[in-house]
Amino acid sequence: MIFEYAPAPESRSVVSLRETYDLFIDGEFTPARSGEYLTTLNPADEEKLAQVAVAAPEDVDRAVAAARRAYDTVWSRMSGAERGKYLFRIARIIQERSRELAVLESMDNGKPIKETRDVDLPLVAAHFFYYAGWADKLSHAGLGPDPRPLGVAAQVIPWNFPLLMLAWKIAPALATGNTVVLKPAETTPLTALVFAQICQEADLPPGVVNILTGAGETGRALVQHPGTDKVAFTGSTEVGRQIARAVAGTDKRVTLELGGKGANIVYDDAALDQAVEGVVSGIFFNQGHVCCAGSRLLVQESIAEEFLPRLKERISKLRLGDPLDKNTDIGAINSAAQLERVRELTATADEENVERWSPACELPERGYWFAPTVLTGVSQAHRVAREEIFGPVLSVLTFRTPEEAVTKANNTPYGLSAGVWTEKGSRMLWTAERLRAGVIWSNTFNKFDPTSPFGGYKESGYGREGGRHGLEAYLG
Amino acid sequence: MPVPHTAFAPEATTNHALRAYLHGLPGVDEVGARARAQDLSTRSIKTTAKAKAIDLAISMVDLTTLEGADTPGKVRSLCAKAALPDPADRTVPHVGAVCVYPDMVATAVEALRGTGIGVASVATAFPSGRAPLEVKLADTRQAVADGASEIDMVIDRGAFLSGDYLKVHEEIVAVKEACGEAHLKVILETGELVTYDNVRRASHLAMRAGGDFIKTSTGKVAPAATPPVTLIMLEAVRDHFAATGRRIGVKPAGGIRTTKDAVRNLVLVNETAGPDWLTPDLFRIGASSLLNDLLMQRTRLSTGTYPGPDYYTQD
Amino acid sequence: MAERRENKKKGAAKAGAKAEAAGTAAGAGAVPARLAVRKTYKLYLGGAFPRSESGRSYPVASADGTHLANASLASRKDARDAVGAARKAFGGWSGRTAYNRGQILYRVAEVMEGRREQFAARLVDARGLSRAEADRTVSTAVDRWVYYAGWTDKFAQVLGGANPVSGPFYNHSAPEPTGVVAVFAPQDAPLLGLTSVIAPVIATGNTAVVVTSEKAPLAAIDLAEVLATSDLPGGVVNLLTGKAAEIGPHLASHADVNALDLTGAGTSAVEFEKAAADTLTRVLRPGPEAEGGEDAWFDADPGTSRMTPFLETKTVWHPVGV
Repeated sequence: MIFEYAPAPESRSVVSLRETYDLFIDGEFTPARSGEYLTTLNPADEEKLAQVAVAAPEDVDRAVAAARRAYDTVWSRMSGAERGKYLFRIARIIQERSRELAVLESMDNGKPIKETRDVDLPLVAAHFFYYAGWADKLSHAGLGPDPRPLGVAAQVIPWNFPLLMLAWKIAPALATGNTVVLKPAETTPLTALVFAQICQEADLPPGVVNILTGAGETGRALVQHPGTDKVAFTGSTEVGRQIARAVAGTDKRVTLELGGKGANIVYDDAALDQAVEGVVSGIFFNQGHVCCAGSRLLVQESIAEEFLPRLKERISKLRLGDPLDKNTDIGAINSAAQLERVRELTATADEENVERWSPACELPERGYWFAPTVLTGVSQAHRVAREEIFGPVLSVLTFRTPEEAVTKANNTPYGLSAGVWTEKGSRMLWTAERLRAGVIWSNTFNKFDPTSPFGGYKESGYGREGGRHGLEAYLG
Repeated sequence: MPVPHTAFAPEATTNHALRAYLHGLPGVDEVGARARAQDLSTRSIKTTAKAKAIDLAISMVDLTTLEGADTPGKVRSLCAKAALPDPADRTVPHVGAVCVYPDMVATAVEALRGTGIGVASVATAFPSGRAPLEVKLADTRQAVADGASEIDMVIDRGAFLSGDYLKVHEEIVAVKEACGEAHLKVILETGELVTYDNVRRASHLAMRAGGDFIKTSTGKVAPAATPPVTLIMLEAVRDHFAATGRRIGVKPAGGIRTTKDAVRNLVLVNETAGPDWLTPDLFRIGASSLLNDLLMQRTRLSTGTYPGPDYYTQD
Repeated sequence: MAERRENKKKGAAKAGAKAEAAGTAAGAGAVPARLAVRKTYKLYLGGAFPRSESGRSYPVASADGTHLANASLASRKDARDAVGAARKAFGGWSGRTAYNRGQILYRVAEVMEGRREQFAARLVDARGLSRAEADRTVSTAVDRWVYYAGWTDKFAQVLGGANPVSGPFYNHSAPEPTGVVAVFAPQDAPLLGLTSVIAPVIATGNTAVVVTSEKAPLAAIDLAEVLATSDLPGGVVNLLTGKAAEIGPHLASHADVNALDLTGAGTSAVEFEKAAADTLTRVLRPGPEAEGGEDAWFDADPGTSRMTPFLETKTVWHPVGV
């Protein structure tokens, strides 16, 4: 019997969108001096969601000044215990409003409600909860007897996990006594603006959190602003380089969380069904819009012939479509520009005679969509094995020995994540020890937790977010 | 699918060969298996899909009574319910089978005559299985002689856990022979096997020995049919089919009480073994109280109002 | 050869007198009973002591301007070779047990202790220190090796640990060496300062390419001799004498250099940091001690601050189940 799942859309009624959203500076929503607005779309149907203000350099000045004032007069003087209580309060409001935020995130980003509901939002609340508890315990963090906040943090976040990346940036910054000016991504500003409302609802002192919407120019103005003490950026390696260059010779501290080309190594003794799941979630979680995605499958030659058909059969069961449908596994590509990039890079595989496979999969007519794709016969020399595609495209390579697996896995300028699948503990540890990456998932993939430090080696950036290590980026 | 590991089931039936085969199967990572089952449990089956799923689930129920206090009267009323689950609604399909103890088989066969519903009998010193083989075989033969079309046997978990795979295998082979035409369901009692690796190994052992179905539990041991266990057994039948071309059925039993549980099982089938298994010939749910919940949900879907339990027969 | 001076100025005899006192016969103007054997100062690369591939050298003078010796003037290609040697040594060095690295660093201290006289004399020459100041500096430098020898098997415990994630996973973070570190040693602290920047880099399992103090490079080569005889594998420390401004850009932009310590980079520091950005090379900016002499490095407990910039945190997840 064919068991069709009827549409099961999550209700949009929990979200009330405004026509336009202004900048959040000094505790108030205020129009941008530029008077400009940009439109944010739902990438699943290209419908307009709202207009958001584009912050000009004068707005960046205002926001940085407000953050400085809040730092000097309130936030750096408040006891850690009281700061922590604000964060606990924010965490609770996020929990209370989590369905609204999940739906809004899915609408603005295109990712499945299953993920925003079960992954993003629980992690967002957990992150605030975790760092809230640090605020009055910083002298126990192993960073000296009296670690001091840096001041004003400029934070720029990407579109792939909009609210989660906000949490990763704002929670540790506030817990350590810094104030922030944060710029969400151009295509996904809405949950950050609801977060601004949550700051108001929590009676957070004005200026402690400032949210500036806009595009690349706004971000550039923010990270180059001389009035900040810290730059925290998550995004492309190219922009990361520019930031590293821009802060050279200043006293600003920097953390960068950049791109990746993670290897997922499947040894011949792996628990195959779980390895298949891990490879699938490694690359298709969040449409592959994940810097730590396992975008290179390295499967041992002796099982490749068995593993790949199992993998393809599993991929055939992925359900692509309406991000708000509770049964959707793969949502929309976040933007037309990103779709173009995914298409373009994947097309290089065709030119390089790589075999390309996608399951039978109907793509919706409107919106930005890309079918899950598996590229086989890939070698290290192919562009698709070297460049970050940031989409649902898996490159499959094989290896014969553990040494070869490690060599291939490390043969990339990136070093953010890697996966290892084996039932043999000593082989797992041997491999994990040799992989040059900041996060190693063995017999699992794409797991995140506020207590677990995250960040890369090599050109995947520097500094760690999460855990006790994440405090270091915001304390002097 | 290419030839999977399971294709290498040994020709020789020695304990050594069986052990090498079963321990050579890919391992199961417990956390990963649970996570997959959990992920599938979030599937939201609504409206028309739910209506179809409910009717399918009803047709897969092995309506069961396995109590020391069972009487012919109790069995007869269960059979009446099996044939006509909802007297107020004749569009409700009948259940897959009625499952009773061996001494109740004759009663059940009589009560179900003409309905097309089979009688399944537990046998082989159910639920512990702690009896000499000859007793188990006699148990089986009697049930078949009395008209049981399906035999639910238990494996010797003690032998399995002590590594005597040959003994487990030989008992299944012998019981299968004693079944004659009757279908054999092999109960693994996964709650006593404890690890998912054992569940996978026992599944393949039972399939190689000739079982037509593999069944999770007796219902007398907790945990019984948990979603990860059912998932692993569905993977086993999927792989066995890929290797041999033979489709083996799966029967979770014990602990499936609500429509939600039943629909989750169907989702597991659909996305693991595949739609080919969505038939009472290849998937059964061993249950007693589940049926009324399915009926109530069915009414709720068709009328839009919430029904009360007093409107459904309690037998 | 432009940098090579034409002839030995007045200082030659004076320096010789100091260095060779032991071998000089009594009585001014007398025919020496034995001519002292001078040392040729070369680079330290991959465990060997080659001259600069460029064939260049430059004169090194004492604090009062007396010529002391000629040092090799390292070139761009020497820097490249040094990075190659450091990379080659990295796998083996980082793969040693922490205990073994500690033993070797302690051995460095032992060997250095045995050559205290030589180092002290060198400091008196190079920095014009009093003998007492020089002795104290040498003592502190020896003790610094002991200090970091003790860190090798502790920093991972101090900086790493288990993370109590919300789920059935074992999750553990541990620091690992970042790889090849290009170290610009302080200009005015040629022994203690040098030791203080090298030891933390290699204690943590990194390998180093060190650009020594330009004007006081001789102690560095003396130190290289200590390193070469202390069971430290070749290539773990590579010492380039010469001009930071000349070879620095090539190290800063080198794609196979993982981190920079800009302590002694002086006015080039900003340029190097910018060059490092292209490959996201980690950068330790010059601290307040960078401008000071040896006495800026006396703090007996430098802590972890010179180790953490050259460490990466690796976090490993593994399910917990049966």
